[in-house]
Amino acid sequence: MNLDFSKIVPSMPFILQGIGVTLEYMLLSALFGLIWGVILSLFKISNNKILNGFAVFYTSIFRGTPLIVMLALIHFAVPQLTGYRIEPIQSGVITFALNAAAYISETIRGGIMSVDKGQREAALSLGVPYRKMMWDIILPQAIKNILPAMVNEGIALLKDTALVSTIGALDLLRRGNLVAAEKYIYFEPLLFVAVIYYAMVMILTGGAKLLERRLRRSD
Amino acid sequence: MINVQNLSKSFGKLDVLHNISVEVKKGEVVAIIGPSGSGKSTLLRCLNLLEVPTQGHVFIKGEEITAPKADTMKIRQEIGMVFQHFHLFPNMTVLENVAYAPINVKKIPKDQARQKALDLLARVGLADKADVYPSRLSGGQKQRVAIARSLAMEPEIMLFDEPTSALDPEMVKEVLEVMKSLAHTGITMAIVTHEMGFAREVADRILFLDGGRLVEDATPEEFFTQPKSERAKTFLEKML
Repeated sequence: MNLDFSKIVPSMPFILQGIGVTLEYMLLSALFGLIWGVILSLFKISNNKILNGFAVFYTSIFRGTPLIVMLALIHFAVPQLTGYRIEPIQSGVITFALNAAAYISETIRGGIMSVDKGQREAALSLGVPYRKMMWDIILPQAIKNILPAMVNEGIALLKDTALVSTIGALDLLRRGNLVAAEKYIYFEPLLFVAVIYYAMVMILTGGAKLLERRLRRSD
Repeated sequence: MINVQNLSKSFGKLDVLHNISVEVKKGEVVAIIGPSGSGKSTLLRCLNLLEVPTQGHVFIKGEEITAPKADTMKIRQEIGMVFQHFHLFPNMTVLENVAYAPINVKKIPKDQARQKALDLLARVGLADKADVYPSRLSGGQKQRVAIARSLAMEPEIMLFDEPTSALDPEMVKEVLEVMKSLAHTGITMAIVTHEMGFAREVADRILFLDGGRLVEDATPEEFFTQPKSERAKTFLEKML
């Protein structure tokens, strides 16, 4: 055991800059994933068999394949097919957003289904149109059920972004690896990276707890 | 006001209603009674199409609501419904619950709708609860808010689906009082209930259902003193 964290102190700013890169991947993927996920969840609860079947099949693909395979397919195989040289930020965000949407759609579908059927009947008996009913009555109640699961999705997404280090993006993990290779020490930079991920997840969890408490005010 | 012709309803292989025909005049208060599973609630729910009849026709104010191109949303605005389990919107205050549909469905100006909602809440004795969330109310209070919420749409018909069955005994009276006062306003009411005393006192007519069939259609006086069918007799013996 000869750990010496002082060796990586000069490299710490370089590694810390990776937080911004990791967050960029995460937030962009979360945004697009959420939008696409909401649309897919609406497909899943609709009575249209084609939309329904599509959304279910779509989800099964992302559930049934490792994320790193999808990332490699989009980053390395798409250029072969189209001749377009795709940047890591593009392929990364596309892959993570498509993947997150699959899981998010399932979470939202479950949240909507868990709202008491009577709420829908009460709204219908008042003549409230479908769109308004979903927006003003069903979704606000569903969000309370969805939120904890969504936080988990966010955490998973944050950690999954480490995969972009395999396609050359300068995220947290890749920076840690670069420092490790340069100085021939692995434990210190990688542990440092792990602690940063942990801290980010803890902050995310804390924020979600505050939000959840606010949402539960009407209980 | 309500005209039901040869109505049948089945869920898959389970036949719930058989060939029911009945007419309710404007301003009439009709109590629908019968044993559990006799199809009372299903009959009521067919009147605003929460259940779609398998066969037969339902006319509201002369208009066939079971016609394929009937405007379901429009019809439902004219028919209020009160549920056994209230189904207030938990994410809205009491006042917002009552004013929501007038504002969002009827497009009434907000101030006007809120004032109307306050008046209605006063009428059911809950003006002081306007700004609390439903979770803070007792069952009886919730049901009175639910009644106010339905009335806010100024329906000509009110449907009550076992409005007191989920309440503690001491809260039943406050809800029945509100319904009683409503019965005198000339609104048409159809009430599924197990409250025999209330049905006898308030209803103009009793519909007795058993096994999905309309067994008796009589005045309360006739029904409670000399029921025609054996089935109604044994039912009343158990209930009274």
